[in-house]
Amino acid sequence: MRYAVPTTLREAIDFLASGDARILAGGTDFYPALNDGPVTFDTLDISRLEDLRGISEAEGGWRIGATTTWTDLVRAPLPPCFDGLKASAREVGSIQIQNAGTVAGNLCNASPAADGVPPLLTLDASVEVTGAAGGRTLPLAAFITGVRKTALQPGELVTAVLVPSLPTVTRSAFRKLGARRYLVISIAMIAAVVVPGADGAVMDARVAVGSCSPVAQRLPALEQALVGAPFAAAALAARVRPEHLAPLSPIDDVRGTADYRAEAVAELVARTLTDCCAVEGP
Amino acid sequence: MTTVTFTLNGAEVRATTAPGARLSEVLRERLGARDVKVGCNAGDCGACTVLLEGEAVCACMVPAARVEGAAVETVAGMASLDGVASRLRASFQRHGAAQCGICTPGAMVSAVALLRADPDPDEAVVKDAMAGVLCRCTGYRKIIDAVLDVRSPATDPPQRANGRQVGAAILRVDGDAKISGTERFGDDVAPADALVVRLVRSPHHHASFALGDLDAFVAAHPGIAKVLTAADVPGRNCFGVIPNFADQPVFADETARFRGEPVAAIVGDADIVAALNLADFPVTWAPLPGVLTMDAAEDALAPALHPTRTGNVMCRGLVQRGDAEAALARADVVVEGAFETGFVEHAYIEPEAGFAVRTGDRVEIHACTQAPVMDRDTMAEIMGLDPDQVRIVPTAVGGGFGSKLDLSLQPYMALAAWRLNRPVRMAYTRTESIQSTTKRHPAQIRLRIGATRDGQISGFDFDSAFNTGAYASWGPTVANRVPVHASGPYHVADYRARSRGVHTHCAPSGAFRGFGVPQSAVAQEALFDELADALGMDRLAFRRRNALADGVPTVTGQVFDRGVGIGACLDALAPHWRRAREEAAAWNAAHEDVRLGVGIASGWYGCGNTSLPNPSTIKAGVRADGTVVLHQGAVDIGQGANTVIAQIFAEALGVAVDRLSLLGADTDITPDAGKTSASRQTFVTGNAARLAGETLRAKVLRLGNVSEAADIVFEDGAIRLLDGGEVRRVALSTLEADAEGYVLRAEETYDPPTKPLDANGQGSPYAVFGYAAHLVELEVDMALGLVRLVKIIAAHDVGKAINPVLVEGQVHGGIAQGVGMALMEEFIPGRTENLHDYLIPTFGDIPPIETLIVEVPDPHGPYGAKGLGEHVLIPTAPAIVNAIRDATGARIRRLPATPDRVRAAIVAAGR
Repeated sequence: MRYAVPTTLREAIDFLASGDARILAGGTDFYPALNDGPVTFDTLDISRLEDLRGISEAEGGWRIGATTTWTDLVRAPLPPCFDGLKASAREVGSIQIQNAGTVAGNLCNASPAADGVPPLLTLDASVEVTGAAGGRTLPLAAFITGVRKTALQPGELVTAVLVPSLPTVTRSAFRKLGARRYLVISIAMIAAVVVPGADGAVMDARVAVGSCSPVAQRLPALEQALVGAPFAAAALAARVRPEHLAPLSPIDDVRGTADYRAEAVAELVARTLTDCCAVEGP
Repeated sequence: MTTVTFTLNGAEVRATTAPGARLSEVLRERLGARDVKVGCNAGDCGACTVLLEGEAVCACMVPAARVEGAAVETVAGMASLDGVASRLRASFQRHGAAQCGICTPGAMVSAVALLRADPDPDEAVVKDAMAGVLCRCTGYRKIIDAVLDVRSPATDPPQRANGRQVGAAILRVDGDAKISGTERFGDDVAPADALVVRLVRSPHHHASFALGDLDAFVAAHPGIAKVLTAADVPGRNCFGVIPNFADQPVFADETARFRGEPVAAIVGDADIVAALNLADFPVTWAPLPGVLTMDAAEDALAPALHPTRTGNVMCRGLVQRGDAEAALARADVVVEGAFETGFVEHAYIEPEAGFAVRTGDRVEIHACTQAPVMDRDTMAEIMGLDPDQVRIVPTAVGGGFGSKLDLSLQPYMALAAWRLNRPVRMAYTRTESIQSTTKRHPAQIRLRIGATRDGQISGFDFDSAFNTGAYASWGPTVANRVPVHASGPYHVADYRARSRGVHTHCAPSGAFRGFGVPQSAVAQEALFDELADALGMDRLAFRRRNALADGVPTVTGQVFDRGVGIGACLDALAPHWRRAREEAAAWNAAHEDVRLGVGIASGWYGCGNTSLPNPSTIKAGVRADGTVVLHQGAVDIGQGANTVIAQIFAEALGVAVDRLSLLGADTDITPDAGKTSASRQTFVTGNAARLAGETLRAKVLRLGNVSEAADIVFEDGAIRLLDGGEVRRVALSTLEADAEGYVLRAEETYDPPTKPLDANGQGSPYAVFGYAAHLVELEVDMALGLVRLVKIIAAHDVGKAINPVLVEGQVHGGIAQGVGMALMEEFIPGRTENLHDYLIPTFGDIPPIETLIVEVPDPHGPYGAKGLGEHVLIPTAPAIVNAIRDATGARIRRLPATPDRVRAAIVAAGR
C-alpha cells in the first residue's frame, strides 16, 4: 500500500502509471466513501501540486486548477457569469467542506446531486485531463458519463476545469432546493446563465438542472426558447414550458417524489431566470 | 507508516501514522488531543472541526500527511491562548451554549475562525460560518447568541453568590469543561493498551445464519484475540429494560431479526480490527422474508417475530372513562383523521462508546449511559455475576434523549474484557449507531373527537399502533403512556384510547423524549383545530375552554387540587396569538405565493414512571476539612442535572453551589438516583436532594445549637454559624469521621406517590404533570411546499424554574427536535443510516424562540418544580402542522412534512 504526495505533475503521472491508485484531493468525498475504515489501497494525494491550485484568466477563458477549493473560488474576483457557480460553492456542504473540497473533485465524484455540475454546465465548462500520453480536454457533459462514472481513464487525472469567457453583461444564478437550510443534498438544483444583447433581448441562455437525472442536464429546448426574449424576469419566466423539461428523468427517493421534483423544477427554473434579471448591471 | 511533524496549538508535535490516516484519529489516538470529537467520520456533523492553517476543516477528512509542516489548532489550545476564544468561552457559559458538550469543541473552533476574520458578525454570517456543526441539544439559538455577545464583559459567576440558589441562573457546573474541551466522553477514557471490539452485524432485515470456523478465523488473523458469539454469554443471552418483556439477545442466535443486529464480536488490536474486511468473516446468511411495516406485520401470513406474541402484537394499552361512543353520537360536530409518523433517530452527536476492564472478580464499564444502575443489574444477568460485581462508571454523555437508557455496546466490551482480562474499548460508528440503537416509534393513529355547539369536547376515540421493531425495549411503556396522555391536557369526560405495540423486522423502537406522546399529540392537536373551525370558535379559546384545571379529573380520573398549569400557559400565549394572527391576516390579504400561518398546540407529560415505584437517593457528607461532598447519581446527559441537583441541595442546606464538591455518577460511590428518563430527575432526584440538604442542615444546626434561621458557612476545618447577631464556630476536627471520611452525613430517598391503573386505565399514574403550549409562526412557499419557521413562542409551566437558563436550554433543544420530527426526520432502515441522508435541523432551521416561563407550583415538586425535558418536544410538531394548515389549508396527516408532502397536501386542499 503506497501513499504519494508529489509536488510535480510529472511525479503524479508517473505514480499513476505505476499501478492502480485512487486520487485524493480535498478528501471530502474520499473519506466518507471509506465507511469508517482505513485507507487500504494506493493513494495519490494531489494536494501539494501547487501549480494546480488557483484560478487564472487564460486566453479565451478561465482556468480553475484541479486543487482549487470551493473557498478559493468564492474568494476569487470573478466576473458575474460566475455568480451562479459561486452561489453553488456556498451551498456545498459547510465552510469545513468548502475549505477542503475541490471544484474538480466534485466533478470526479460524479454524484447526480453534485452542486458544482449544473453551474459549470451552464458555463460550457470543459475538463482538462492529463495522463502519461499527454493531455486532453472534454466537455463537462462528456466527462461525467453516469452516476459515479466519468470518462477518466486509468493513469489520468483531472488537472483543470476550463471555462470560456462570456460577455461582461452575462448574468448567472443558482438555486438549490432541500429539506433543510444547510448541509443538504438537494432535491433539485437549477443553474442559469443569460447573456442579454445590446437590443435588450436575450442573446444566449443556458439552463441546467441537477438531482433530476443520473447526470445533471442542460435544457436545450428551453434555452432556444429563451433566445430573443426580452431580458426581463416576467418575460423569461413566461417562456418556461413543461415540454422543456423533457431531458430530465426525476425519481422517487427519500428526498422527494418524482412528481414533486418535476413540478418544483418548472417553478425553480422560472425563479432562477428571474434571479438572473434581478442582478444589477455593471 | 510515516512520521508527520506539525504544530499543534503552537507546539511542535510528531506522530507516527499511516499517511492516509484521518487527522482526527491522529490527533486523538496518537497525540492525546481528546478535545477533538468524532461524530460521523463523514463531514456531516463538524464535531471534529479544527483549524488547519487557520481554516476550519473536518479533521475526519484530512489525511495525516497533509498536515506536515502545517499549523493545527483545536479548542483546547485556543481556550488558553487566544483572546477571542477565551472571551467566547465565557460567553458560551453565560448563554448556556453548551449542553451535553459533544459538539461544543467544533462549535467553538468554527466560531473562533469566524471571529478572527470578522470580529462583529451579524446573525446571518454566524449561521453561514457555523452551519457545518450539528448540535442536537441546544437548538442553536444559544450558540448564536453567545457568538454575537462575545464582546460583552465577563461577569462574576452567580454560583459564588450566597442567598437563593434555586431560581438563580447558576452557570452549568460542568459547562466550562465542555467548552474548553477537557470533558471526557465515552470514547475519551480508555487506556492506551485497550483492545478493540468490532461487531459483525446482520446485513439483512431478517435472516437465519450459520457461523463457520471461528477458531480458524482467529488463527488466520494475527492480532485478533477472540471472537465472541451467543455461545460465549455466560449468563442470560437476553436483555430488556422491562423485565417481563426482556427479549433482545446480546448476540443473535441462528436468526437475526433486524438489519444491524450483532451476531459476533471480533476482539483484537485496534489497527488490525479496523482494517479487517468483514466480508471474510465466516458466516453464511440465508435471508428470510421480513416485515418492515405494521400493516405487513399484522397480516395473517406474516412471519412471527416472537412465538408467544400472537399476531406480532407485543402488548396493548387502554384508558377509558365515561362513554366515548355515546358522547360522539350526541356531539354537534365530529372530526376524524388518520395520522402517521415515521421512525425518528436520536442522532446525538456522540455515538455510543466506552471501555470495560476486569478487576479481579469484578468488571468495570466506563461508557455513556442514562441508566447506570439498570445497566449494572442487566449486565450482571448477562455476565452471570452478582450486581455487586459490576461497576458502572458513566462518562460524560454526548446526548441521550432516551436511547442511551438501553444497553448498546456494554455487553460486548464487558464480555471481552472478562474473558481476555484486558481493557477493551469500543465506539460505534455513526452508521452502527443509527442502524442498531433504539428509535422513536412510528405511529399510526385513528382519532375521532366530538364537541357540542358550546365548545365542550364530547367524545374522544383514539386508536393507535406503534411500530416497536424487533424487540420490546420501551415499547410497553409507550403503549402504556400514550392512552394516559392522548387526550392532551384537556378535560375529556368520555374517552377511549387504545394502543398496541407491533413487532417488525426493524431496529427496536424505545424511549425518545416523550415515549409516544409527541406522536399522539400531532393527531389530537390537529383535530382540535379542525373542531374549533367547525364550531366557528377561536382555536386558542377552544383549547382554553377545555383545558384541565385544578379539581378537574384527567382521563384516568386523577384529580389535582393544585398545580395544573395548562390554563396559565395558554393565557401566556394569548396576546402573542392575537398579534401573530393579525400580522398573518394582513400579509395574506395581499400575498398568494408565500403565505403566513400561525399554529398553536398544547402538551402535558407525567413526570416519572407510570404507576411504578421510582425512587431516587441522594447522599451527602461533610469532611473534617469542611468540604461538602454531594454524591450525585443522576446522570447529566446535557440537560443539566449536575447543576440543578446541586442547586436544590445547596438551597436546602443553605450554602452557595460553589461550596459543593460533586461526586458521580458511579454505581460504587453514588446511591441509585434512578434513570435519566421520563423527565424525572429534577422532580424525583431533586426531591431527594432537597431532603438530604434539609437533613444535613438540621444536623449542622443541632451541632451549633442554633435556630432554623441561622446561616451556615463551611470553612477550612470548621463550620461557622451566624444566628441573628450571634456567631458560633464548630470545629470539625473534633468529630469522628466515618469510613468514607465524613464527620457529618445525610442520605435521603424520595419516591413519588402514585396509584396503579385499573383495567380501564383509571388511577393516579403520576404525582406530577408538567404543562406546555407552543405558538409557531411560519411561512409556506406555496409552489414548492417549503416551510420556513419565523418564530416560536413557548409557554412552559415548570412549577418553579430551578435554573432559568437551563430551562430555556431545554425548551430550545426540545423545540429543535420537534422541528426535525415535523419537517425532515425519518429513519428508513437500510437507507438513511448516516447524517447526510438522515437529516436533523441545522443552524439555519431553528427560528428565534421566546420562552415564557410559567410557574404554577406543584405541591410535590422540590420548591414547586416540575419536570421539563420531554414536555418541550410534545407541542412543537403539532403547532407546526397547525400553522401549515393555517397558512395554506393543507392537512398534514403524515410526518415528516417534507416539501413534497406539503406541496401534495396544498394541492389536495385545492390551492
